[in-house]
Amino acid sequence: MPDRYAGRTMMMQGNQACAEGAMAAGCRFFAGYPITPSSEIAEWLALRFPEVGGKFIQMEDEIGAMGAVIGASLTGVKAMTATSGPGFSLKQENIGYAAMAEVPCVVVDVQRGGPSTGMPTLPSQMDVQQARWGAHGDHGVIALTASSAQETFEQTIRAFNLAETYMMPVLLLLDEIVGHTTERIVIPDWDTVERIDRKQPEVPPDEYLPYRCPEGLIPVLANFGTGYRYNITGLCHNETGFPTNNKQENESLVIRLTEKIVAHRNEIIRLKRMMLDDADIVIFAYGTVARSARQAVMECREQGIKAGLLEATVLWPFPTEEVYALAGSVNAFVVPELNLGQMAREVELAVRCAAPVHRLNRVDGDPITPLQILDAVKEVV
Amino acid sequence: MFDYLTYVREGNFPHIWCSGCGHGIVLKSFIRAIDKLGIHRDEAVMVSGIGCSSRTAGYVDINTLHTTHGRAIAFATGVKFANPKLHVIVVTGDGDATAIGGNHYIHAARRNIDLTVLIYNNYIYGMTGGQVSPTTPRGARASTSPFGNIEPPFNISGLASAAGASFVARGDVYHAQKLEKLITQAIQKKGFSVVEVLSPCPTAYGRRNRMASPVTLMEWLRDNCIPVKKYEKMSEEERSGKIRTGVLIDIEKPEFTEEYRKLVDSMQVRG
Ligand SMILES: Cc1ncc(C[n+]2csc(CCOP(=O)(O)OP(=O)(O)O)c2C)c(N)n1
Ligand code: SF4
Repeated sequence: MPDRYAGRTMMMQGNQACAEGAMAAGCRFFAGYPITPSSEIAEWLALRFPEVGGKFIQMEDEIGAMGAVIGASLTGVKAMTATSGPGFSLKQENIGYAAMAEVPCVVVDVQRGGPSTGMPTLPSQMDVQQARWGAHGDHGVIALTASSAQETFEQTIRAFNLAETYMMPVLLLLDEIVGHTTERIVIPDWDTVERIDRKQPEVPPDEYLPYRCPEGLIPVLANFGTGYRYNITGLCHNETGFPTNNKQENESLVIRLTEKIVAHRNEIIRLKRMMLDDADIVIFAYGTVARSARQAVMECREQGIKAGLLEATVLWPFPTEEVYALAGSVNAFVVPELNLGQMAREVELAVRCAAPVHRLNRVDGDPITPLQILDAVKEVV
Repeated sequence: MFDYLTYVREGNFPHIWCSGCGHGIVLKSFIRAIDKLGIHRDEAVMVSGIGCSSRTAGYVDINTLHTTHGRAIAFATGVKFANPKLHVIVVTGDGDATAIGGNHYIHAARRNIDLTVLIYNNYIYGMTGGQVSPTTPRGARASTSPFGNIEPPFNISGLASAAGASFVARGDVYHAQKLEKLITQAIQKKGFSVVEVLSPCPTAYGRRNRMASPVTLMEWLRDNCIPVKKYEKMSEEERSGKIRTGVLIDIEKPEFTEEYRKLVDSMQVRG
């Protein structure tokens, strides 16, 4: 029987679209803890999961929710949690565990203003650097973002596919505006959705080594209960999955955790380009701010200013090379963000002084308007 | 002689525990229990936290998951809920389960999810060198209570009972055969089951508290652990300083994964 919403066009909140995207991707486990502005994701799945045999549990806190998601994933089920700033902070230790033990899962952070409890009902993009560096230790990170309900649906599916491909936690950074805005969304037939499932071992149990990485950088973890008995730990481990004190083994593991993202950056990074071919000014934007930026580009063009938009839908790994490639041919970059310049730092690093980078920041809880971006561009011109 | 080798990962020995540590006795008792129950090794998952006790997971040839400090019960909740066919056993220490992991402990008990939790209670943080734990007795010395502990201890079993666990027992490593029986019963029980195991730590606790010799610690367990039935007949005076061991709680109540399954079934019927 097809799902009740499959193939339909509906009005939905971004948070509900995220939950629907997860279901379409094959997610059947959710553990969470209520927090504004993310709670609708949990509420929607609490309602929807029983219909499709999915498992929903409200845990005692975010730390427990992250732990339960990792445990569930190891049985082979696609698993997700969702939260906002304070809860994102609490999850970090176990996000690091999932990175170290290479357990696929999806963590959604619907960003609010911070620090601390901050502005619970107002949007921000203040967690973008925490997404990269929040869990201690060196390891690669994949973080996606979205600017509308439809894109949230699609990016949630992509988050699961990337998690299953690269065997790691994948972060999806939304914000209060995307999460709470109700807009039109088209839900495809689930059969037409591209779904990637993690690989399972092709060797018999007595030849199996969980962290051997047959194709180079990505391990094949057998689902618990399928006859492959092995150990998983957050300690530095070797191919066997058991802790090691061997310096070379420690080093090769830590390097591999970063390298597996560096080596596949081209497959992971995605950018949307708008009127960049002849642009003098490049606006670099992401999330809801990119919506305002699109409008601003149109208005710039109407006024004869050659502005273009480079919109990142993947924040980590950062598109350093792609940004640098533009730097030589443009006069300046403008980076509007709902924080005090967290991604502008990355743009500056990428540009390597080849062009000036201008920041446009807003942290009062209001969105950045097209007019503000237009004014910022005009000032640069 | 019982063949332990079928169940252990021989390549990982010698183990990391100090001589005289009680933790190995819990491991052996656990192995005998699953052997007796005929549990298939592929269908058993051991989830542990961080500490000397939690290292048990590395030595048993079943599916093993060594997690973060205090979070074993949360990870185990995910494993069990996602695949209720698996037998999920948590091994944890007094610090792991009742300090940093206390919230997960009481909530898993309240939820009554079908996990078996073995808590190795050695009254101390062993792995990190002997800091005070939530079960360190009043007056006892630890590296962070050098003048004697001024805080009252938790009663691990009492905590689980009050929070709603369906099976709670206390055993000790001196009475190893009894311990095996308690672990067997706990695994068999459908619902949240706890076995608090008194397991001495000569290195981090004994040395600071005039019980440096493992023998002294074992004799202390022999003399002070009193079976429930006998304990009940003792006077208030006789009970002083003694520890009640055996099955403390064994009740029937709805189990979480079963209740969820019923919910899903009812939705499918409604269509
Ligand atoms: C988040 C975090 N905090 C602190 C530690 C350090 N740590 C490791 S083991 C441990 C205490 C373990 O004590 P217990 O659970 O009683 O087990 P035992 O070693 O005595 O068997 C601590 C505090 C850690 N690994 N992670
Ligand atoms: S420190 Fe204590 S608990 Fe840890 S192995 Fe040694 S005796 Fe056992």
